[in-house]
Amino acid sequence: MSFALTKALPGDPVTGMVGERASKETIERIRAELGTDRNFVAQYVGYLKLLSQGELGRSYYTNRDVAKDIAEKFPNTLILALAAMLIAIPTGVGMGFLAAARRGSRLDQAVTTLSILGISMPVFWVGLLLMLFASFWLKLLPPSGTGEIRFLILPAITLALPAIATLARVSRTAVLDVIDMPYVQVARAKGLTLRRVSLVHILKNALIPIVTVIGLDFGSYLNGAVLTETIFGWDGIGRFAMEGIIKRDYPVVMGTIIVGTITFVLINLLVDLTYQFMDPRVRLYARREK
Amino acid sequence: MQTRGKISLALLVVIALMAVFAPHMSPHEPNAIDLDSLKQPPGAEHFFGTDQKGRDIFTRVLYGARISVGVAITAAMLSMSIGLLVGLISGYLGGRFDTAVMAVVDLVLSFPSLLLAIGVSLILPPGLHTPMIALAAVGWASFARLIRGHVLSLREAPFIEAAQAVGASAPRVVFVHLFPQCIPLSLVMLGLKLGGFILLEASLSFLGLGAQPPTSSWGAMISSGRAYLVVSPWMIIFPGLAIAVTALCFNILGDALSDRFGYRTTL
Repeated sequence: MSFALTKALPGDPVTGMVGERASKETIERIRAELGTDRNFVAQYVGYLKLLSQGELGRSYYTNRDVAKDIAEKFPNTLILALAAMLIAIPTGVGMGFLAAARRGSRLDQAVTTLSILGISMPVFWVGLLLMLFASFWLKLLPPSGTGEIRFLILPAITLALPAIATLARVSRTAVLDVIDMPYVQVARAKGLTLRRVSLVHILKNALIPIVTVIGLDFGSYLNGAVLTETIFGWDGIGRFAMEGIIKRDYPVVMGTIIVGTITFVLINLLVDLTYQFMDPRVRLYARREK
Repeated sequence: MQTRGKISLALLVVIALMAVFAPHMSPHEPNAIDLDSLKQPPGAEHFFGTDQKGRDIFTRVLYGARISVGVAITAAMLSMSIGLLVGLISGYLGGRFDTAVMAVVDLVLSFPSLLLAIGVSLILPPGLHTPMIALAAVGWASFARLIRGHVLSLREAPFIEAAQAVGASAPRVVFVHLFPQCIPLSLVMLGLKLGGFILLEASLSFLGLGAQPPTSSWGAMISSGRAYLVVSPWMIIFPGLAIAVTALCFNILGDALSDRFGYRTTL
């Protein structure tokens, strides 16, 4: 499916490579080298053959192995996504939990307002503003670069903000759903400390929707990565994809979309599997179906 | 919540009016290049300042609303219509057809939405319709899934059984009896989704895949202001504020609607 998408891109990569003024012969020669002179089906079959050998082809521009480039850049994107999660999960869940615990209070209203604000702001705008404040006005952190921790902080915060907002919202609702349950009242009534009730009885039961959202959010991390990496010059697959799109470098676009989608599917599988560990009911049903 | 919803609605009406009456709101032309006033900071003459070509940003934001909000609303309505049609038919027919359709829906939902929208907008020739179609291509699936679920829950209801018993044809049952039952739910979903559409449109046009220059859409304005971030930050601040405020209003309104109609738990 993604093959059809990229092949249908308007614009001819060959013209882009050699420039408008190249002779017809040169163009023909390069086309034959790349194989773009063959028809659509032949190209598709060729690509599938390549894929089945675990390869993604070579970039039209740099002639580098796309799979290798992605393998080099993927860890960067993973680090960025993990850093963002590391910020987002404790902050988001914590905010949601506090808001639910003091339902209707000023704090609750503040969290609700902040979370709706967080999902309403465009990621790239927040990123640029952060860059403006932290890098250019306060001169705290460098505006762009890859690899070191100081380059990681700003894009990670940018990526984490919308996730914090969604998580705060979902965990607030999830906690409110269980907070009035009889077993919570029983736990309180039999004299357990507030802390124990919160952690063991409430958090454990509110965890399922929260984990679902964390998993689903991974898709939005991939979305956000395209924008954040482009802005902050973080050398991951999001920026790689964006450059590929601009240059009509089909193997690069294809490769990043395939890797991105596979990652997303794997994460969702992982989330489904963690349900079994968190919720004995899921285990029970899984066993019954066998 | 209710007052917040009303305030958002009022703000949205104001934004819409300002977009419609943009030519009367400002003495400047959105695309008029004025080399005497390049990158002017916000002031009495130019409320939001001017950009690198001396164009008035306030005016461009007003005109940009026509594109950004217009594209988002059209795309959302398109998504809702496709989703309604697919959901109604798939839910009513059930069986293998339903399984196949839901597989496609899952496929679309499993793609990261921005990547899919980028892919679709690259296939289509650039123009105003391109972002609309790209957004609709991403957005229809969640509507289809929701409506299908609703239809499944209604299919066995007595009024449907009665219609079938008196010999109503399948299209009649679907469009005359089931369709009206799905309207409130779809409208609430539309309200909830509009904020997201505004943001997705902004991302697309920020990446240069939306309306083409010199037309001013909010995302594209931020993208062209990026290079002047330090010298003239107002070039990105105000279009971004416009996006954020509009998306915020839609999100609050969507929440208020789903509370009002009691769909909080369904959505």
